[in-house]
Amino acid sequence: MSTPEIAPRRRFLAENPSVLWFLGCLALFTLGVTVLSEGFGLALISTSMVKILGMTLCLCLIAVAMDVVWGYCGILSLGHFAFFGLGGYAIGMWLMYARTQGIVVESLSATPIPPTDIEIEKAIASQIFGVVGSNELPWLWGFAHSLTLQLMMVVLVPGLLALVFGWLAFRSRVTGVYLSILTQAMTLALSLYLFQNDTGLRGNNGLSGLQNIPGLDHVPQSALSLWFFWASALALGLGYLVFAWLVSGKFGSVIRAIRDNEARVRFLGYDVESYKLMIFTLTAVVSAIAGALYYPQAGIINPAEIAPIASIYLAVWVAIGGRGRLYGAVIGAAVVSLASSWFTGGGAPNINLGFYTINWTDWWLVLLGLGFVAVTLFFPRGIGGLFDMIVRKP
Amino acid sequence: MRSIPSLARLAATVLALGILSVLRPVVALAQDGLQPILQEYQAEIAKPSRSTVEKVLSGLMAADRPGTAEFLLRWQDRGVYARPTDGLFFYAEEIGDALRLIDIDSGAAVAEVSSREVSQIRPNSGVRAVIAAALVPFELNAPDPARREAALDAIARSGDASQIDPLSQSIETETDPALKQRKERLLTLLTAQFASALPYRLAAIEGLAGDTSIEARSVLNQLTARVPGVGTALPTGANIANVLEVGTDISEVEAYDRLVSANLAPPRQSATDRRDVLAQHIVDGAVGGVPLHLLNTDAARARAYEALEAAGTVPPRAAEDEVARAVAAHVFYEVYTEPNPEVTAAAEDALSATSHTLGLYQTLDLVLDGLSLASIFFLAAIGLAITFGVMGVINMAHGEFIMMGAYTGYVVQLFVPDYTVSLIIALPLAFVVTFGAGVAMERLVIRHLYTRPLETLLATFGISIALQQLAKNIFGTQARPLTAPDWLSGALTLNDIVSISNIRVAIFVLALIFLALLLFILKRTRLGLEVRAVTQNPGMAASMGIDPDRINMLTFGLGSGIAGIAGVAIGLYAQVTSEMGANYIVQSFMTVVVGGVGNVWGTLAGASLIGFLQKGIEWFNPSNTLAAQTYMILFIILFIQFRPKGIVALKGRAAGD
Amino acid sequence: MTTLLEVSGVSVTFDGFRAINNLSIQVAEPELRAVIGPNGAGKTTFMDIVTGKTRPDEGRVIWGEKNVSLLGLSESQIARAGIGRKFQKPTVFEAQTVRENLAMALKARRGPFDVLLYRRSKTATARIAELAEEIGLSDALARRAGELSHGQKQWLEIGMLLAQDPRLLLVDEPAAGMTPAEREHTTDILKRAAETRAVVVIEHDMEFIRRLGCKVTVLHEGSVLAEGSLDHVTQNQQVIDVYLGR
Repeated sequence: MSTPEIAPRRRFLAENPSVLWFLGCLALFTLGVTVLSEGFGLALISTSMVKILGMTLCLCLIAVAMDVVWGYCGILSLGHFAFFGLGGYAIGMWLMYARTQGIVVESLSATPIPPTDIEIEKAIASQIFGVVGSNELPWLWGFAHSLTLQLMMVVLVPGLLALVFGWLAFRSRVTGVYLSILTQAMTLALSLYLFQNDTGLRGNNGLSGLQNIPGLDHVPQSALSLWFFWASALALGLGYLVFAWLVSGKFGSVIRAIRDNEARVRFLGYDVESYKLMIFTLTAVVSAIAGALYYPQAGIINPAEIAPIASIYLAVWVAIGGRGRLYGAVIGAAVVSLASSWFTGGGAPNINLGFYTINWTDWWLVLLGLGFVAVTLFFPRGIGGLFDMIVRKP
Repeated sequence: MRSIPSLARLAATVLALGILSVLRPVVALAQDGLQPILQEYQAEIAKPSRSTVEKVLSGLMAADRPGTAEFLLRWQDRGVYARPTDGLFFYAEEIGDALRLIDIDSGAAVAEVSSREVSQIRPNSGVRAVIAAALVPFELNAPDPARREAALDAIARSGDASQIDPLSQSIETETDPALKQRKERLLTLLTAQFASALPYRLAAIEGLAGDTSIEARSVLNQLTARVPGVGTALPTGANIANVLEVGTDISEVEAYDRLVSANLAPPRQSATDRRDVLAQHIVDGAVGGVPLHLLNTDAARARAYEALEAAGTVPPRAAEDEVARAVAAHVFYEVYTEPNPEVTAAAEDALSATSHTLGLYQTLDLVLDGLSLASIFFLAAIGLAITFGVMGVINMAHGEFIMMGAYTGYVVQLFVPDYTVSLIIALPLAFVVTFGAGVAMERLVIRHLYTRPLETLLATFGISIALQQLAKNIFGTQARPLTAPDWLSGALTLNDIVSISNIRVAIFVLALIFLALLLFILKRTRLGLEVRAVTQNPGMAASMGIDPDRINMLTFGLGSGIAGIAGVAIGLYAQVTSEMGANYIVQSFMTVVVGGVGNVWGTLAGASLIGFLQKGIEWFNPSNTLAAQTYMILFIILFIQFRPKGIVALKGRAAGD
Repeated sequence: MTTLLEVSGVSVTFDGFRAINNLSIQVAEPELRAVIGPNGAGKTTFMDIVTGKTRPDEGRVIWGEKNVSLLGLSESQIARAGIGRKFQKPTVFEAQTVRENLAMALKARRGPFDVLLYRRSKTATARIAELAEEIGLSDALARRAGELSHGQKQWLEIGMLLAQDPRLLLVDEPAAGMTPAEREHTTDILKRAAETRAVVVIEHDMEFIRRLGCKVTVLHEGSVLAEGSLDHVTQNQQVIDVYLGR
């Protein structure tokens, strides 16, 4: 069929035209938003809208990761949003530290005697942690001064957590619903941990002011928002490409087999646990990267973001978009999260029934919940499934 | 009522005075009544104040005339009047608008006057409190038990040495056994604190050993109270509790701080202070010859300061070796405030005996707390255990059924104001409402998803968010009250440490009832038999004429109905909000999973483990419930690693690997 | 002929029910062996123990020249050691194509990174074509396994078993749901496989076993009742009692 001389990348793209289609659409979308944006071109799209779109791209990326771990590998993880949040916290620590450092150094420079390093650190600590009644920098913040180290933390912390948790869970063969509940428990434990004031991450205040990038004070938000939008688009494109490559070919075949009958895969000689662990950890890391791009655009992160319900919403997006097809996850995340902000943001017109007015800010969740039940019952393949029916050649 | 005392009360106070006077020369009785003494203090009595009242009281006590107690009572109650014309004091009765003056000594009516002719004496509350304290010895023998008890309360609040004698004398004549016991206890406490005769005191202290009441413990703690001390040598004659070793018992920094606060050493200079001093001595952009821009390290600042020191512009500061030398030259110790070593030793012994008993009671209290938390978890989880365990269905909306039950209770209370009646109506009604909701959900949604358990999880989650928002739209976001009837609002108190609120007892009882009921339904009824049959082999059950559809529907209804009742119970002590169910759902799942799926006993075991564990962890770190929950969940995650099938696991092929 | 698998003194209990009772079986390489026995004799449980699905309460399971104990190994390690298994109920991956099913089973390194970087080679493609030919699914390579008939699924599973290239094949009721012609073909495949490796077949159909023409082990109540040629065991009075019932 194919000759070995042909490079694998071209063969992969040739066999998966949907990937090219997706990347093309993403590129067009990015270009369109850029041209229409305030910071660059026609100013038809406001800066806050660019931020929302950039954040949506990040949510699409984590949805793709969720689709790989759930739709392809069959692990309904209710913990991936926790990894997303951890990524946000990791980058948020640097953003907050470096920005506070700038402010502190400037205010201390007015004193006649220049401050020592310890004095600067103390001032930063009391700036950041005064709100939880502390003026010492917790050990957790040991790397917060360095962007490089903290970027490594974005990957390492969620990666290690996923590795350890996954190793424990898969090793003892916890599967199915049990595994979902276990991941949910992990998420709950993490968010409760973060909610505490004395654990070094400012309790329920979370980290804030993340939209101000240290050292880029002179750059207007309209431009910054575009930069992050581009970064998010790039991350989504790369993530999509990597995952599409991962789930095509023999590796994809094995993980889908694990989803359908993991015992049988074991008898074929595959070490199911290491495959699951690899997928779980890799998707966790990608989720964390998505989070690290999301929160500087959102500007604030707090433990409520990590609460178990967020991870369930993630599963809802993927289910609505259609499991087991990566573009389905993208569609689901984009449609539901944008619709959600349209309805709850007061964008949707209220419906007057005469005796009662349906106010969508109040009724959107009811609609979403029931709509989701309907999708599960009647369209188990989600929106992506409809897409398939139209596109699939007879 | 109190302003016109009965004759009997008068008699009793006189008697009390008599007892007081036993020790005094009998001549005192032959004196001229109370009025002359009162006249000695005319100004102080007519215009009483905190600063003068003590003087009046001690004068009255010294004179020890009959009727003193009666006078003090009336004075306190604003029942004493002064006649401006001659300065004499009278009691008075109101007759219409007029007042009938009564002579203090004879008790005879003297005159009727209008209220403008005399002035009522109105001691302020501070003065009244002092008078009341002085009255305590009299009151101890009052015929009314309530007054005796009030007197005992007063002594318990602020006891002193002078009360020992009247208290011990009043014990013999005490008729009420409970009061007698209390008097004896109080006497022991007073003796332990204030008695002048050492053997009595030691015996009393010994008697307090193992007594866990707050009063007894505070007495012992007072007796063993220590104050820190420091000096070049241990003081002689002081009752030294222990000598602190620097480095082990006390850090060098702390030790030096003590020296500083005892004015035995110069204060250590903080980095901020030094910076400020340096800032005052900037000369030509440098301090002590060190250029300003280099002063951003500690070492450079130290150099600059030393230069200033050498130049004599700033006072020398305590360097590190000086600190060490100063600390080494002093002894640090703790000294008892109680000077007598025998007393403190006895008190320490008694205290350690008490702390043993205390530990036992605290453990008991912890066990009760754990038990009540376990019953809450059990109630919240048992419905889930039925749907999840028996049917293999994950119901994420279970928490919302709990919420529905609680709101049902709230709505019932809107219509039925009597809390007891409304509770009796709410419990079955909540069952009916949530049973209906459960059956509807099973018929409409879950029935179609039996082969896809993970999707059941998601579909029921959809229902959960819809229900939650619906509740928010109907009832608003603020918490709604579900008030418990009075008979449930108290607490069962065993002693100062062990107590448990009635609601929690009721929840415990409710949990027991449900356990029994469920076991009965599952093990002894036709429905239970059919449920178990469908659980084990639906195909076989169907071929034997059992309708699995019907069984699934009923089982789901039962599980949901129990969630509704649990909701009423939980609503009674927690707040009813649209999110209350969500707070229980994860814990409930973990209870079921930890306990072992498909087994009522498993759920009980899971609830107990989680309840006790959470209370146990909270005990180690009482200030932080969040941390306790975090560690508990971590424990559960680890637990499931080692027992993936839960505590009560089904074994063999039935477990369905 | 050397001993490849030695099961000795193995017992296993489920909830008080002794499914395997002091069972001892030796399989040589190459060898073709049939295991028969009434329902509940422990035939499938025997396979479960060898493949690591069930842990025995006592006894030893020794494998290969190096006398490795299989009891400490996981299912996947046992499979990689060279034991392949075909289940009673055909279990192929229905959502995937026949080619994907075969490719997954094909002998190759099984680590996640090896698989991730795996590239189709000419030899592998040729081997898949060859196997498809042998199991009569050449035309169905691009079809989803779920669309196959029951018999075809059985073939596919046998093909996957052969693709693993194991030293020991454990085959549970390979001929169920097959036409007589297909059965004959199956017998041929098994016999050919047994020329170079050990093959253990569980089967109820005596005709099928007679055609295999190999040593037969009769299991009853979890232990070996008789062993020898088919004629030898069918004349054994105990075997007759067990099969006809007393």
